[in-house]
Order: sequence, then structure tokens, then C-alpha cells
Amino acid sequence: MNQVGSVGLIAGLAFALYAVVAGIVGGKLRSLKITRSAERATLAFCAMITLSVISLEFLIYTNNFNNAFVAVHSNRDLSLPYKFAVLWSGQEGSLLFWTWLLSIYCSLAVLLNRRKNRQLMPYVIAFAAGVGVFFTSLTFFVANPFRELSLSSAGALIPFAPPDGNGLEPALQYRYMLIHPVMLYLGYVGMAIPFAFGMASLVTKQLGDNWIRVTRRWTMVPWMFLGAGIILGGHWAYNVLGWGGYWGWDPVENASLMPWLAGTAFLHSVMVQEKRGMLKVWNVSLVILTFFLSIFGTFLTRSGIVQSVHAFAESDIGPYFMVFLAIIAVVSITLVFLRLDFLKSENKLDSVISRESGFMFNNWILLALVFAILWGTVFPIISKAVEGQVVTVGPPFFDKVAVPMGLMLLLLTGAGPLLAWRKTSFESLKRNFTVPVAIAVVVGVILFVFGVRDLYAWMSLFLGSFVAACVLGEFYKGARTRQKITGETFGGALYNLVARNTRRYGGYIVHLGIVVIFVGLAGLAFKVHAKNVMAPGDMMRVGHYLLRCDRLTSGDTPNYTYETADISVLKNGMAFTELKPQRRFYKASQQPISHVVIRSSLAEDLYVVLAGRDPGTGKAVVEVFLNPLVAWVWIGGVIMVLGTLIALVPSRVEREMAQIRQAQLEALEERA
Amino acid sequence: MKSDSSTSNTKQWKFAIGIAVIVGVAIWGAVSGFQASKTYYVTVSELLSGKNMHQHIRVGGVVQAGSIVRQGTMLRFRLAQDKASIPVVYVGSETVPDTFKDGAQAIVDGTYTSDGVFRAQTVQAKCASKYAAPPPGPGRQNTAQVERP
Repeated sequence: MNQVGSVGLIAGLAFALYAVVAGIVGGKLRSLKITRSAERATLAFCAMITLSVISLEFLIYTNNFNNAFVAVHSNRDLSLPYKFAVLWSGQEGSLLFWTWLLSIYCSLAVLLNRRKNRQLMPYVIAFAAGVGVFFTSLTFFVANPFRELSLSSAGALIPFAPPDGNGLEPALQYRYMLIHPVMLYLGYVGMAIPFAFGMASLVTKQLGDNWIRVTRRWTMVPWMFLGAGIILGGHWAYNVLGWGGYWGWDPVENASLMPWLAGTAFLHSVMVQEKRGMLKVWNVSLVILTFFLSIFGTFLTRSGIVQSVHAFAESDIGPYFMVFLAIIAVVSITLVFLRLDFLKSENKLDSVISRESGFMFNNWILLALVFAILWGTVFPIISKAVEGQVVTVGPPFFDKVAVPMGLMLLLLTGAGPLLAWRKTSFESLKRNFTVPVAIAVVVGVILFVFGVRDLYAWMSLFLGSFVAACVLGEFYKGARTRQKITGETFGGALYNLVARNTRRYGGYIVHLGIVVIFVGLAGLAFKVHAKNVMAPGDMMRVGHYLLRCDRLTSGDTPNYTYETADISVLKNGMAFTELKPQRRFYKASQQPISHVVIRSSLAEDLYVVLAGRDPGTGKAVVEVFLNPLVAWVWIGGVIMVLGTLIALVPSRVEREMAQIRQAQLEALEERA
Repeated sequence: MKSDSSTSNTKQWKFAIGIAVIVGVAIWGAVSGFQASKTYYVTVSELLSGKNMHQHIRVGGVVQAGSIVRQGTMLRFRLAQDKASIPVVYVGSETVPDTFKDGAQAIVDGTYTSDGVFRAQTVQAKCASKYAAPPPGPGRQNTAQVERP
């Protein structure tokens, strides 16, 4: 099976290389035949990498510890679903997984777009497959997951297989770990497709609306996955790492946030190009930047260049990534410069208080945020190069930048969509904003009266209520208007309103998701933390909870041994719940890990960790966090995904337009 | 013509002000946050030579085998690099990670006091061999350390 996997990789590499060459030649000669063969090569590339992935999974499931990757990252007693996750739990498997997802994206792009974008497609294939060539070579030549274990003895290579594997990292044995890396990778990898479209449009000088229309969809999909991956990563950290938080500005977290922010900027600024023919250079640059940051994020995560809590790997793949990043930068910047004449703006900004300037400010804030985070993340490298000494910056740096920027963005989230294109009159400002401002003021006063004194938390909730009022007002007004014209029920009018313009109202729902997340973030200001050493019978008070340690037990499973503290909880003097925080010791990897228990409600989470045993007395070290409003962060994430899905559904108007375009295209082809 | 260019001028000014506010807030946050949290990364021997006396220091090294002493929630150990080592007392409130044990790579953040003890606010640890992945085989069981009985 090792051979099959390797053959799959090398054949995949050959097909990807062929797709690059055939794409370029097919595009240059405008030969449909050659382009077709590039398309088929892309599909074959996908098939070959799929074969490799199946081979590796086969090796994992059959406990073939003769394979080095399987021996290090899996073990016999690992439960079956987690065995699947072994694929992306180490360097080599992760790169194979990356390559595989890319090959799937490439194939989908080919299958969905080859009829619609004939001129762009050859170059789209060339650029996307070019990315594939890099990742396939890296997987095959540098971090091959199909190496067999061998030990040099008396000059000869003697293969041997250990009886059991090293085991999957215990912290990864968590059910969301089955999807979090998948989501994140789908996000990172997918940004290659909008990049390929952007580059193809530059090469072919097809810089009108078409590439923007296609690219917007292809950006929304990975953007959604990346966002979901980030939230799930926070969820994993919160549920597994046991420090009571979900975001720590770790380099790996930052690496995923940066392309998401750049992608967010792009998804907004494309609207200015579609409506007003402006910001063309800016949009192409944002697509390039988003892709660059995706690769950069993969590089940060996989190369171990920055010290990180979950630094995955210290490896030798760093230089390859740097070369690849340099190639991307040089090629894309050169292309943009060569095409500057074709990227001229068709219009000028008319007024500061207008939709397009709202988008511009949104973009400035997002990019300022991206560069601040980038600066903070790579500062250890910069300071090492400049001062010869590694200087790191911690969470206070990121918080100080991100919180005010985030609040400004939150304001725009509500206000921006209500501003008119070109110029907004004072009358319309008054009409649109009187009610939301009034609601926000009432909420703000109530919050203050009930003792919310933390400025940032208060601002989040104050601005959040303003945005929610703006967005919900849009739904309400739109549905009412429709109701008056068509005589539908309110619910029916609301449904048709969204269905007719999925993109707009899907976007509004995403904005509501953002508000909900900010509500959750505001809860951080009211966090409570306590820690105590407890013997059976001991009590501990945290907020309005009283915890009593009933007993300490221990046990054994094939995968791990464990100790459990049985804790009963009283809330305001009433019996509330029983919690069993656990501390596990995984046998294969010889690592202990705390199994956190969380009693979650919409108002607050009671978060209890059995941190260990006091070696002197044998008492349990129990750590408790009261985290208000955390659940809203996850709910907001779900709302954002739903909103994006709605925005991805073609609206009725769009579908009709697409049919007309397709009919025109076919008529043209018949004539030719 | 004239009024047109003057309105376009004021318009540009308004934009400039908006962007200046955004960039200004970003820079203000970055500078103040930088001052509050910049941490010098030094090695154990650099620390012992007394050259790097900064407010916040981060030191990386290996947890010296057998040096971990726990008393209640308090924790003392020696952080070693090659032959040199320093005593560390952990004064942070959070529980040290599960990966913290004899022989683990550890990173401590805190201050180096004049009595030669490093007062760590945070301790991060990484299992030394986990990712570097030496070929597993005979001997793995011997080198693996059990943190607690």
C-alpha cells in the first residue's frame, strides 16, 4: 500500500504538471482540444491524489505500523472515527490532505465553470494546478507519508514494524477535532480558486464583471469554511485545553484569522466594483492577498518558524514555502502592474456618507487589523533579524488593536447597508437611523443601570443592539412593503423577500451572526476564575454556585486510565447539577490530559477542570471558571454559516439572468 | 468649475480624516499594547550572564529531570539548557499544562529577580519527542515519563 500511495502522488504530480502546461498552451492557442485535455488532467490529478489518500487511510485502518507516519500518529486501540482523523494529525498526512482538498476544488472549478467561462478557464486551470504542483511535490519529495520504517544496522537497512503505534495526540481525541481541521483546510485551500480566477482574468485581460461574479461565489465558500473552522478551533480550545478561554492570539490562531479578514474585505469591496466599476486594482490585490495569507498561514502552522503553544511541527519545509510565497508575490504583482491600464476605475467617489465609502472604511479597518495582527505574529522573526534578539508580543498587544477596530467594524456592520450608493441625504439618514439609535440608547441606559461598567463590553452591547435594530428593521420594512404590494402574509412576504435577493438578505443574516458573536465576546469582561485543593467533603464557592467534592475515583479503559472527581453543585442554595471532571492518562502517547466538564446555558457556562492531584496530600486540584455568554459565540458562528449558505443560493433574479447569458453564449457558439 | 474642485477637496479631506482616525487608532493600540506586552526571549545562559535585564522575559529550556517540587498549588522546578540551569517558581494562577513534566521543553514568562530566582507568570510546555518523532521501537517505554502515579 505504501507503493500504491507513492505512485498515486507521483502520477498526480505528472497530471498536475501536464494541466499547467496544457492550460497555458490551450489558452494561448485558444485551442478547445488542448484545454479539454488540461481539464481531464485536472480530474486525473484529483483521482490520483484520492488514491493516495485511500492508501494512507487503508494503512491507518489496518494498523500497518511499518509505515512511519502511521506508527507515529496512530495506535491499535484508537477508536475508529479518530483513526480517520489521523490523516491530518501530522505533517506528512496534513500536506497530503491539503493537496487532496486542492485537487477536489480544482476539479469542481473545472466541472462547474468550463462551459460558462471559456476564455478564463485554461488559465484558471494552469494557476490552480500550479499550486497543486507545489503541494504535491512537497508531499512526495519532502514530507512523504508513505515512508517505511527502517533502521540502519551494520550498514544494511533492516525494516521492522513496532507492535503498536505512538498514538494520536490525546488533545486531538475530541469529536470536533474530526471536523475542525477539515473546515480550516477547506478554507485555506479554497482560496486558491478565487486566486486562480483573478490571475486568469489578469492574463486574459478579461477584467470586467465576469471574473468578479464567478470569484465572489468561489470566495464565499472557503470564507464560510474558514470562519467555521476558526470558531470550531475556539470551541476545541475551550472544551479541551482547560484554560477556560477560546482565543489566545496564538500564532496559529492568527494565521487562520488573517486570510479570513482579508477575504471579508474582498467580499465587501467586490460590491463596489459590481455596482460602480470602481476599486478594480484593489479587488485583484485583495484576492491575491487573501490567497497569500492562506499559504502564509499554512506555512506558519506547518513550519514551526514561530513559537506557538500548539506549534505543530519543527521541520525543514519552511524554505520551500518561502520560495513558493516569493513566487506568488512576484508573479501576481508583476501581472497587476502589466495590466494597470485595464484596471482603471470607471467612477469616482461622490460623498463620504455613501455606501461605497462605507465599504472603503470597512476595508481600511479590516486591512489595518490584518497588518497589525501580521506584525504582532511575525514580530519575533523581525526583531531577531533587526536586533538579533527575539522579542514577542502577547495578547494585550492584539487586544488593544483588535477591540477598538472590531467595535468600529461593528458600527459599520449596521450602518453601512443602510447608506445609499453615491450620496446619502440627511433626510434618509434620519429616516433610517432614528429608530435603531433610539433602541440602542435605551439598551445602553438599561445596561448601565444594571451595572455594566466595562467600557468595551458596554460598547459591544450598545453597538450590537444598534446593528441588530438596523438589520432587523431592513427585514421588517422589506416584508411590509412586499405585503402591501402583493397582499401576502407577513411570513410569506419575508420568505419571498429573502428568496428574491438571497445575497443581500443572506449577508444581513451574517451581520446578525456577527452581532451575536460580539454579545458573546462582551461576556469576557465578566469572567470569574477560582482554584482550590479539595478532599471529599470539601466545599468551594464560586459566584452564586457552591461546589462540593463527593468522592474521587479512578478507572481503566483500553485507550487511557482516568481519575474522576464527583462534584455536586448548588446554585443559589438549590441542588443544581452533578459534574464529573476527569483527568485521563493516554497509554499509547504516555500523556495526561484533563477532560473538562462544562455546564452551559445561554447566560453563562460553569466550567470545571480536574487539574490534577496534589502530590503531598492526594487532594484534587479543582479549577472553576464562570464564563458569561460564551454560548452566544457558538450560536453566532452557526448563524454566520446559515447566512452564508442562504447568500450562496442563487436568487430567482440571478437564475433568470444566468439562463439568458447561457442562451446567448450558446447562440454565439452555434453561429461560430 | 471652481466650486466643483473645492467640494472635491473637502470631500478628500473628509476621507483623509476618516482614514487617519482608523490608522491612528490602530497605531495607538499597537504602540500601547506593544509597550505593555513586549517580552524578550532569552536563553538560560544569557540570563545567567546578567546581560538581559528587562521587564518581561521569556526563557526557553528543558525541565530538569527530578527537579519538580509541588506544594499545594505552588510549583518549583529548574529550567535547564545544556549545562546551565535556573530555579523557577511558578506564581501564575492557571494550572500548568498537562505536557509539563520532567524532560519536557518548557517556555516560561515572567521576571528574573535579583535573588536569582525566576518568577514565572505562565508556563508553557511541549512534549519533547512528540512531534520530532524518532522511530518508535524498543526503548520508547523506558524513556517515556509518567507525570503522576
